[in-house]
Amino acid sequence: MGKTIVEKILSAHTDTNNFKTGEIIKARVDFAFANDITAPIAIKYFKESGARQVFDKKRVGLIPDHFAPNKDIKSAEQCKLLREFAHEYEIENYFEIGKMGIEHALLPEKGLILPGDIVVGADSHTDTSGALGAFAIGVGSTDLAAIMVLGEVWLKVPPTIKFVYSGKLNKWVSGKDLILYTISKIGVDGANYKVMEFSGEVIKRLSMDNRFTMCNMAIEAGAKTGIIEPDEITLEYLKGRAKRPYQIYKSDTDAHYEKIIEIDVSKIEPQVAFPHLPENAKPISEIDNIKIDQSIIGSCTNGRIEDLRIAAEILKGQQVHSEVRLIVIPVTQDVYLKAIQEGLVEIFIAAGAAVSTPTCGPCLGGYMGILAKGERAISTTNRNFVGRMGHPESEVYLASPAVAAASAILGRIASPEEVKQG
Amino acid sequence: MIIKGKIWKFKDNVDTDVIIPARYLNTSDPEELALHCMEDYDQEFVKKMDKGDIIVAGKNFGCGSSREHAPIALKAAGVSCIIAQSFARIFFRNAINIGLPIFESEEITDQCSEGELLKVDTEKGIMENIKKGKTYKLNSLPAFIQNIISLGGLREYVKEEVKRRKRDV
Repeated sequence: MGKTIVEKILSAHTDTNNFKTGEIIKARVDFAFANDITAPIAIKYFKESGARQVFDKKRVGLIPDHFAPNKDIKSAEQCKLLREFAHEYEIENYFEIGKMGIEHALLPEKGLILPGDIVVGADSHTDTSGALGAFAIGVGSTDLAAIMVLGEVWLKVPPTIKFVYSGKLNKWVSGKDLILYTISKIGVDGANYKVMEFSGEVIKRLSMDNRFTMCNMAIEAGAKTGIIEPDEITLEYLKGRAKRPYQIYKSDTDAHYEKIIEIDVSKIEPQVAFPHLPENAKPISEIDNIKIDQSIIGSCTNGRIEDLRIAAEILKGQQVHSEVRLIVIPVTQDVYLKAIQEGLVEIFIAAGAAVSTPTCGPCLGGYMGILAKGERAISTTNRNFVGRMGHPESEVYLASPAVAAASAILGRIASPEEVKQG
Repeated sequence: MIIKGKIWKFKDNVDTDVIIPARYLNTSDPEELALHCMEDYDQEFVKKMDKGDIIVAGKNFGCGSSREHAPIALKAAGVSCIIAQSFARIFFRNAINIGLPIFESEEITDQCSEGELLKVDTEKGIMENIKKGKTYKLNSLPAFIQNIISLGGLREYVKEEVKRRKRDV
């Protein structure tokens, strides 16, 4: 019987022959990383382990992105720990403020995560890089410390659910809408411990930025990771970026899947996930007059250049509603610079939006846009749990950049069609 | 190991933002994290619970962020063990790695009430609702994970591995 892309990647990284689904194996790690929240604990345990150096100085990444640029003294201390550790252990891939970005966008952009890799990050949205055809999983700090020492990870071989998307995408429907719709169909634990493999004609036509968005939110269905087979679009993205040779794997046609779920995208409208779970998605046409106080466009889910282009297309010549704060956060410095060069930042500022240096900031209620009691935000981020963006009695609605931009203009959750025809 | 404590019940999909809100993640000090454990769910939770109490929850406990601060906060707050219908995978790893005992059980959520006393026998893989006088089976853990637990967590496993590799060089 054939193998899935994930089974092939795992086989190439383990000494265990003929492993079965559910078996625990040890696998070699190609790239490991952590941020200013998760690295401090990992660094402490790394130092306690007795190891003299990390398993490979080129294959460890440290990225201060969550509460950086430092939001307070304690955060400054955490970021300082990363900086000093990177210096002491000669970690090449430490990204300082001014050169950084949110880890899950930055590392693929810099060509440090590649197809066929096993990538382990101390952050749940590590699954984002599955869009490149890598097996990318999130773990906690102790796991990351172990990987920094040993260069390997223990993992349970996961079953895969294959999602096949067909049909024609409607106007304003993006990768974000596809993944919100998918999560609403299977639930927030619908893929717990499993891989979500996204495939079909729609995915084959989907841009890299939209693919990253889809894989990013696989974790919101509980998945171990999301993955997409590399194709010409992937290879085009990798040109001039890839820092090392890589291997392309594809699923065999007779590979075994736990389940195959077919989705006709022609019926999908822009989606909005209501509080307080990402599975609560509703089509935009069913949403009636929900006023908002804030709109966030950014994050590892939707802060890439295409996201900003769509937001700018809608905001051009318009004004942000007088009772709304719109905050735009390009995901990396490269994306920020591109947005300036393309005139997008000018459009945002002319419309009355605030534009920030890259940070996870408001997505997890860190800073740069915290909600007060009773306030409501529409956001292109990935989670809408209780208290996620601030006060436990505030609310977060998840949507695409197009919906977040249109809503910022109209002061209520709105379809892009209301602002822009066709 | 025998764990005995009173039950606090939680529903499905308890996420790590509720277990420890991100606004407190500018520290990794267990005692400081423990002060804010579950505060967005119930401001008084930490004050109301006693050391050694047990959390019984529905499915997908610990979903969301990979923050190890979540099991650290629960452990430091005095939670002795968590029994849920299922766990989100990163939380599961983190709890095992830091030595917070967690078990899966299909039946327990429906059959236990808040405040009842529960006795967990990890060796026998059973738990007993003392008030109701009923015994339930716990799902057993794979051998590899049991080995990590018996070594005292992943950190000890890594220390052993480092010593072994130094010897082999």
